[in-house]
Amino acid sequence: MENLVYIALFAPFVSSLFAALFGMTERKIWIGVVASMLLATSLVASITLAYTVYTTGNAIHVTMMDWINAGDLNIPFGFVVDQVSVTMMTVVTLVSTVVHIYAIGYMDHDKSFNRFFSYLSAFVFSMMILVMSDNFAGLFIGWEGVGVCSWLLIGFWYHKPDVSKEENPSVSPSWAANEAFIMNRIADLGMLVGIFVIYWNTGSLQYDEVFAQLPYLSESVLTIAAITLFIGAMGKSAQFPLHTWLTDAMEGPTPVSALIHAATMVTAGVFLVIRANPLFAAVPDVSFFIASLGTFVAFYAASMALVERDLKRIIAYSTLSQLGYMFAAAGLGAYWIALFHLAAHAFFKALLFLGAGNVMHAMHDELDIFKMGDLRKKMKGTWIYMTLASVALAGLPPLAGFWSKDAIIETAFNEHTYFLWIMLVITAGMTAFYSFRQIFLTFHGEDRHTALGFHPHEMYTFVLVAMSPLAVLATITGWFMKEYEAFITKLLPQYEMSEHTHHLASYLGLIVIFFALSGIAIAYLKYARTGDKAWKRDEKIESSFLYKLLKNQYFVPKFYEEFITKPYMMASEVFWTKVDLKIVDATVDNIAKFFYTSGDKTRSMQTGNLSNYLNWMAVGGVMLLVIAAISAMIG
Amino acid sequence: MIGLSHYLIVSAIIFSIGLVGVLRRRNLLMLFFATEVMLNAVNIAFAAISHYYNDLTGQMFAFFIIAIAASEVAVGLGILIVLFKKHGSLDLDDLASMRG
Repeated sequence: MENLVYIALFAPFVSSLFAALFGMTERKIWIGVVASMLLATSLVASITLAYTVYTTGNAIHVTMMDWINAGDLNIPFGFVVDQVSVTMMTVVTLVSTVVHIYAIGYMDHDKSFNRFFSYLSAFVFSMMILVMSDNFAGLFIGWEGVGVCSWLLIGFWYHKPDVSKEENPSVSPSWAANEAFIMNRIADLGMLVGIFVIYWNTGSLQYDEVFAQLPYLSESVLTIAAITLFIGAMGKSAQFPLHTWLTDAMEGPTPVSALIHAATMVTAGVFLVIRANPLFAAVPDVSFFIASLGTFVAFYAASMALVERDLKRIIAYSTLSQLGYMFAAAGLGAYWIALFHLAAHAFFKALLFLGAGNVMHAMHDELDIFKMGDLRKKMKGTWIYMTLASVALAGLPPLAGFWSKDAIIETAFNEHTYFLWIMLVITAGMTAFYSFRQIFLTFHGEDRHTALGFHPHEMYTFVLVAMSPLAVLATITGWFMKEYEAFITKLLPQYEMSEHTHHLASYLGLIVIFFALSGIAIAYLKYARTGDKAWKRDEKIESSFLYKLLKNQYFVPKFYEEFITKPYMMASEVFWTKVDLKIVDATVDNIAKFFYTSGDKTRSMQTGNLSNYLNWMAVGGVMLLVIAAISAMIG
Repeated sequence: MIGLSHYLIVSAIIFSIGLVGVLRRRNLLMLFFATEVMLNAVNIAFAAISHYYNDLTGQMFAFFIIAIAASEVAVGLGILIVLFKKHGSLDLDDLASMRG
């Protein structure tokens, strides 16, 4: 078993190093193939481990080596494969295997093909460390590792020049990469403080030891630890107010968006809350805040998606919104439902993103859905996949999204937090509307792209075949909810619906379905029709305040720019010209100048004449004698 | 009675003469002579102090210095001959090729 754990963990690492060997050389398809095969190895090992954990019901604990051993601090490099981590491992390796194969097709014209695979596999390795570690320190290492890989991959096309915010809200890939990295650093500071608080008060970072000591800790310590850890989770999972980086991260290649910024990395925050559930369960106020924030973000992100025109940014908003759902569930104590939604979301969202990648590939990187229309005739496979994923996202039975999302909404009802429940139901309707708005504008309605000179073509067949596991899983995952509940609740707390909720469950489900269906119906009436009733730009709507508010993301990026970026820039400018140039640089420069001028002055001593040298030697000898005599007199 | 201090004074005088020679002379050959003078001034001091303390180590050291001075002269004169053949002069003012 131990070997399987290591294979699952290190196969992506080997893949990354292997691809890195060829990082600077020309594109070689077989490197993508080898990387995909190594990832598939990791997937097989993960599934075997999942099966073992499922049949035995026991967690597998391995300690690879002592890692940090200083004084009282003892952190082993240990891994735990239990119900939670094995779920994450399976989801991560599965999605990343599909994405690796997909990327062979998607990146086939890119000259940095080999480098891309190196980064992508390195990301998977970091993510595996994050989910498998049995202590907070290992989690943090993985946490930072995925941050670095995310930075590398968002800025993969770093050579693209910066443009104005009006032209492209994310300015350029390197700008977006820096934004993501810096925002995550801010949150990571919170997380680091949380880890210090935990170590300070429990003397350990091992999950089981920390959780065993929770009952002995004071309320305030628990609250501080929970809040600071959640700040870390907010950064990684792009929760308000640290959310702006996620939509800008869409500058990265689409396989990256699918893997990192939808299916896996951004769910790390949810994973942290689930992993540390005994801590969060001990502080109901913080948990309720998490649930409220999650609900708010779900609604907030969905509202911005309503008016967005960029295909990938719409899906990014929907990711934000679904992360909000997960936090809502986790905050309300339904940890296993959050994890279940995480897995289901990973499948259908990765599928949706990869489909968007196909469209982007076909449309020569054009992402404005208003320039597409009627693509379904030319891209049948992609159309089926994306429709399937959108149905799952909208939450219609029998697809995966319905079961998990419905369970979350039911939880909100069961906890008597009716306001959250109403918000989540409305958001479900909005989700259905914007995901089908995007489907109808892209694949149905008037053909707008031909007039603009686009000649779309379907993606390679092997890519479509590679996407099929995701399509299957996005369909069937929900059917195994009961079995999954039995499996996961061996580790996570059981969540029981009350008798009252149970009684109303089918009505609650029907309400959600009604909202989803009406969202789809509105989208259909507005965007799918052709001829006279086809969609046209409406000046009146576009000049309304609400539209502008949503289109400008509630002016949050503007606010950040005006009140954080610009003052910071001005302060930096002052520090640069006043402090750095006048004090720091001047000191260093003057030291160098002193030696330079003294050297220049004494240079004339070197006449090349031996006689002069001998005279100087005598002077030196006399000086030494004098010094010796003086020191002898003093001593 | 001639005591230790007389010897040391003579040694110091000879050393100073040699030092002045090293500092003032321009001819490389003369420089060599001057260094020999300095070395022998030291030898006198060694021999005198050795006698004074009844310890033969100093005189032995003097012998070593004589031997080393002889070999130094042998090598040095060889270099001088080559230098003279190359430049036609042994004047230090003519040999300043490494001006900084």
